[in-house]
Amino acid sequence: MKMEFEVRGMDFNRAGEAAAQIKKALQMVGMKIETIRKTVIVAYEAELNIVIHAHKGILSAVLLPDRVQITAADEGPGIADVSLALQEGYSTAPPHVREMGFGAGMGLPNIQRCSDKLDIESRPGYGTTVTAVIINRPGGE
Amino acid sequence: MQKYFHSVMLDTEKCKGCTNCIKYCPTEAIRVREGRAQIIEERCIDCGECIRICPNRAKLAVTDPLERLAEYKHTIALPAPSLYAQFGPRVKPGDILGALLDIGFDDYFEVAVGAEIISACLAKYLRDSDLPRPLISSACPAVVRLMQVRFPGLLEHIVLLDTPMEIAARLAREKAMQKLGLKDEEIGVFFITPCPAKVTAVKQPFGNRSYVDGAISMSIIYSDIKNALQSPSTIIRENRSPAAGVGWGKAGGENHAISEHWSLLAVDGIHSVINLLEEIERGGLSDIDYVEAQACTGGCIGGPLVPQNLFVSRVRMENLVKILHAEQEQLPPIKVDYDSCKLPGPIKPRPTLMLSEDINEAIKMLEQVEKITADLPGLDCGSCGSPSCRALAEDIVRGYGESSYCVFKLKEKLQILAREMVVLSQMKPPAMGRETLKDNQNKQ
Ligand code: SF4
Ligand code: SF4
Repeated sequence: MKMEFEVRGMDFNRAGEAAAQIKKALQMVGMKIETIRKTVIVAYEAELNIVIHAHKGILSAVLLPDRVQITAADEGPGIADVSLALQEGYSTAPPHVREMGFGAGMGLPNIQRCSDKLDIESRPGYGTTVTAVIINRPGGE
Repeated sequence: MQKYFHSVMLDTEKCKGCTNCIKYCPTEAIRVREGRAQIIEERCIDCGECIRICPNRAKLAVTDPLERLAEYKHTIALPAPSLYAQFGPRVKPGDILGALLDIGFDDYFEVAVGAEIISACLAKYLRDSDLPRPLISSACPAVVRLMQVRFPGLLEHIVLLDTPMEIAARLAREKAMQKLGLKDEEIGVFFITPCPAKVTAVKQPFGNRSYVDGAISMSIIYSDIKNALQSPSTIIRENRSPAAGVGWGKAGGENHAISEHWSLLAVDGIHSVINLLEEIERGGLSDIDYVEAQACTGGCIGGPLVPQNLFVSRVRMENLVKILHAEQEQLPPIKVDYDSCKLPGPIKPRPTLMLSEDINEAIKMLEQVEKITADLPGLDCGSCGSPSCRALAEDIVRGYGESSYCVFKLKEKLQILAREMVVLSQMKPPAMGRETLKDNQNKQ
């Protein structure tokens, strides 16, 4: 089962809509609460990354009985140094975005904290694809 | 058997099947089928939004009648703080308490006192820094039920303290048992309620038991109180009416009662509450210590069962709180037993959105929902009796609807049928073939 959402750059008003729909889908299939909790954060931060940094992108969610995979593929500037971007507080968001309260450099660290597997593929000048896997653990309530 | 008690019900006589309510329900719990609204009971949180929106007054709240007082040897009225804001500027809490005795209650216990106690407990609760932030108030039962259905991941944020109503009821009961030597079952405690959500909280409590025996609608008892206020037999009664506790009746009052060095947020109106909970769910607002969330716009003074206009009662309440605040000095300090105010256990989720118990099956069903949704017009017009095209798709997969419920789909089908009929009407059976031949010859 796969869901796909188109995300537009700088469209802050709609940021969160895709994450909300993914959450509802997870509730409908009966994923564990812990899985849902983590996925919402991962999906939202990934969605927000596209909104802040890219021209446009696709957010997708693959639902399997034992895990959820969130992929955010964007057409953006790419990330020059992935390990730097994973550090808390490191941000390349423009000042006007920061003034809105977004882009505090917690996006990727939050995604990393809430996912079991994270893969970031980036080609500077072309775009970035972030793939995060959240395991649906039986004990997750 | 009915699994959940609900105060909010439908009057089938009055319902015209207009579909006004279906879009406003925060949990998508209403469908119109066979020309009547139906409430999906697992999903309903008794918020009363549908009562407000129904143009035919077909949604109602089931509350307890005053006649129930006769069932008990000793009856106690528990006025919600919002009741104090329903009358003119000269009517003080002491007058209202006097009126309640005049109506037939043997005693009263102010819920505002329960709120005063919980306010003190909250300060202690907030000091525990290990709890997830922000903590969320447990006072509005409609919000707690909303979270059980739509935000199960946030249930651990709920403050596990009992509501002011329950605290007041327990103390009132204990007092009656000690002072009058009455047995538990001889005492009838009745809450004067601003909303159906509280009625449900009494009949189906979050804790092990409710200390309240019944809930009487504020709008039903309103005229009795008004009459009693005019009667010479009604005298002003002793009242504590703590400013901080009375203020709980309106939005922001709860936060106001907690000491100010915390970072506090107040939100009211069910749809605003939903937006805020979504924000918390996405990992936001961890800098906030406590969220006061009330389902009704304006707080309890905006409840579905209050008689007075919200804007009028807001000013009444603000003025009253100011007066009470000035008198505050003379109040003796209240005794607070923190441990007895705690809820026995965590609030459990209500997974009512699940398509199937079996996750493999549920994923397959969700795929179908997506497919059907893509095929529907996406206008969310509500004519099908479901709140949105997606909701109809869900209903179809759950066996609770058909694609022909969609008027656009129906029209499409009719068009196909009409075209087929034209084709069919031009076809002629062989027995008629000859005549056609003759006709043709004649024409030539
Ligand atoms: S009371 Fe609230 S939750 Fe229940 S059916 Fe009405 S609007 Fe929906
Ligand atoms: S805000 Fe108050 S009146 Fe409204 S549902 Fe909640 S408890 Fe009831």
